[in-house]
Amino acid sequence: MKLARKDILGIKDLSIDEINLILNTADSFIEVSTREIKKVPTLRGKTIVNLFFEASTRTRTSFEIAGKRLSADTINISASTSSVVKGETLIDTARNLEAMNPDAIVIRHSAAGAPHMLARMVKQSIINAGDGAHEHPTQALLDMMTIKEKKGKIAGLKVAIVGDIAHSRVARSNIYGLIKMGAHVIVAGPAMMLPRDIEHMGVTVHDNLEKAIRDVDIIMMLRIQLERQQQKLFPSLREYSNYFCLNRQNITLAKDDVLVMHPGPINRGIEISPDIADGPYSVILDQVTNGVAVRMALLYLLIGGKQ
Amino acid sequence: MKLLLTGGRIIDPSQNVDAQMDLLIENGKIAKIGKDIHKPENSSRKSSVGGITVIDVRGMLIVPGLIDIHTHLREPGFEYRETIQTGSAAAATGGFTSIACMPNTKPVNDTRSVTEYIKKKAVSCNIVNVYPIAAISVGSEGTTMTEFRDLQDAGAVAFSDDGKPVTDSALMRSALEYASSFYMPIISHCEDLHLSAGGSMNEGFVSTELGLQGIPAIAEETMIARDIIIAEYTKTILHIAHVSTAGAVRLIRDAKERGVKVTAETAPHYFTLTDEALREFDTYTKVNPPLRTDRDVIALKEGLKDGTIDAIASDHAPHASTDKEVEFEYAASGMTGLETSLGLSMKLVHEGILTMKGLILTMSTNPAGILKLPKGNLKIGSDADVTVIDLDKTWILDRNSMRSKGKNTPFHGWTFTGKAVMTIVGGDIKYRELP
Repeated sequence: MKLARKDILGIKDLSIDEINLILNTADSFIEVSTREIKKVPTLRGKTIVNLFFEASTRTRTSFEIAGKRLSADTINISASTSSVVKGETLIDTARNLEAMNPDAIVIRHSAAGAPHMLARMVKQSIINAGDGAHEHPTQALLDMMTIKEKKGKIAGLKVAIVGDIAHSRVARSNIYGLIKMGAHVIVAGPAMMLPRDIEHMGVTVHDNLEKAIRDVDIIMMLRIQLERQQQKLFPSLREYSNYFCLNRQNITLAKDDVLVMHPGPINRGIEISPDIADGPYSVILDQVTNGVAVRMALLYLLIGGKQ
Repeated sequence: MKLLLTGGRIIDPSQNVDAQMDLLIENGKIAKIGKDIHKPENSSRKSSVGGITVIDVRGMLIVPGLIDIHTHLREPGFEYRETIQTGSAAAATGGFTSIACMPNTKPVNDTRSVTEYIKKKAVSCNIVNVYPIAAISVGSEGTTMTEFRDLQDAGAVAFSDDGKPVTDSALMRSALEYASSFYMPIISHCEDLHLSAGGSMNEGFVSTELGLQGIPAIAEETMIARDIIIAEYTKTILHIAHVSTAGAVRLIRDAKERGVKVTAETAPHYFTLTDEALREFDTYTKVNPPLRTDRDVIALKEGLKDGTIDAIASDHAPHASTDKEVEFEYAASGMTGLETSLGLSMKLVHEGILTMKGLILTMSTNPAGILKLPKGNLKIGSDADVTVIDLDKTWILDRNSMRSKGKNTPFHGWTFTGKAVMTIVGGDIKYRELP
């Protein structure tokens, strides 16, 4: 089976069947990364461009490894080395890349909707690796894969997402995905970090960490972006961590077998205490491992040989 | 030079006229309106009898020339977006005989020389009447007042820092007091820049889903409330530009009931589209203030119906493709409007929100009143600025055939019923698609 679509722009437009197909395919790719020779010939002769307009270590490396393990040629372009600094527009950059005929373009951009614009302009498959505060579909897919792997299911679970929801693409993609898959999603953060009308997305909203994590199966902590302090979104990191840091005391409010997740990079001691990040509940590094498998699955399903 | 329009339905809100009559234009002025000024001798649409050019407009509407009190002609400085020539041509195509242009040019229209340049250029284009609106503050920077009397003398009809709010309340107070002392309106672009900072669309469920920073309705409303309070206290004349929210309509309605001398305009896109139109990140839907919600659309229509909103203005904001073919948050705000205003506003008549007379009131008579122009009527002796509208003409907008240099309209491909088919300015036909 293949995905009957050109691009992966967000979880919002994926069907439950498509999500299941991606997750099941990812499961089958897990094994490749454990081999002595970590390479299969599936995408030999294919070219994948990683076009990153925003700093990223984890996601860019994950996409690069995913492409390479499938034998594709991967090229990384970051904003600092591209012609962006020469004042070229995104559309011109895209058209030039298109002219070199790659098979897929993975894009990360600080502006919401940038991948959508690209998808309209070029004939290649576009994979959104994070656009502004809009969506980060591969993160949500690897999160769902991790939940499924650890809990055996997604439906019926209670998942709390905590932090700066307003500026989080991870939160949005996970809300769409987890609700589609039957989970109950709770979001929490200081009132200023809860975006307008978020409850219409079908989530329960709290402005209090303790209330949000009570009896939940999963806690997903979001990275607090330090520059938000200047934007009057919170008084200080001290104040934030006093009330929104997941620690040994408050985690006892959640279910005994709670899983702690974080999309990274972690601010240790600010949104999550080190002992929790490294502790038995944490599946943070499993998320990273699964990220490679999910991205392999997506690349295969989008540009793999015609069947 | 005499021009006779025969057999049309004349609507003139200023004289409370709505009847089938002929209209005679002589030497650029309205000479006569009445029944059977001339009986057509044959059935051809146009003939010449005794030195009078006769145009048969049976089945058409004859109205005072439409007036747009909020346009951006971009000249001087941004001629790649629009010029006085192309903007004027777009205006005539849209049925407008007079337009007022905002001062956010380069240089800003904050001196006599810029005002005179615009006037002179418009006269040489000889298409529609162009009325410059001069800046409230030097460079529209919100610190020092411009020379209001000198600018008025040069031909400015109002003052505005449009595109930017006057954040300094003391400056706003002085501007209102000074302008009102010689009966000039201040047109206020109401936006609290702290509340709108970083925003590129309406704040609400759609912005939450799209992850775009929102501009909340309160960014507009808090500033409108401030301006109304200042105008009320100083008993001055205030005009609110591009009203887009339900809360703004309520504030203005309440102020009018208290007797505050406030008028208001909205633009067709605000009562036609909502923020749902942004779902595909189409930069042609980006405008400031932003497209709001269903609730706001309903309130704007109520405001137009009950007279809280006095005028429909296009906020015609032409942009080049380079301004728009970028990421949504980097794209310029604004859409063209001169060639779509009437078509979009006709939908209000079709929906029963406004009568045809009510529409002409908001698109001609009231705009003239707000800027105190001797226009917006078909009284004997008035300038012969006349628009002929074919109410039944169905047409489809093609952005590439618009006269404006700006092709940035979200209404490309839309079907409209009702179109200006002849635009007469000072007795001369400037646009005609009648046979």
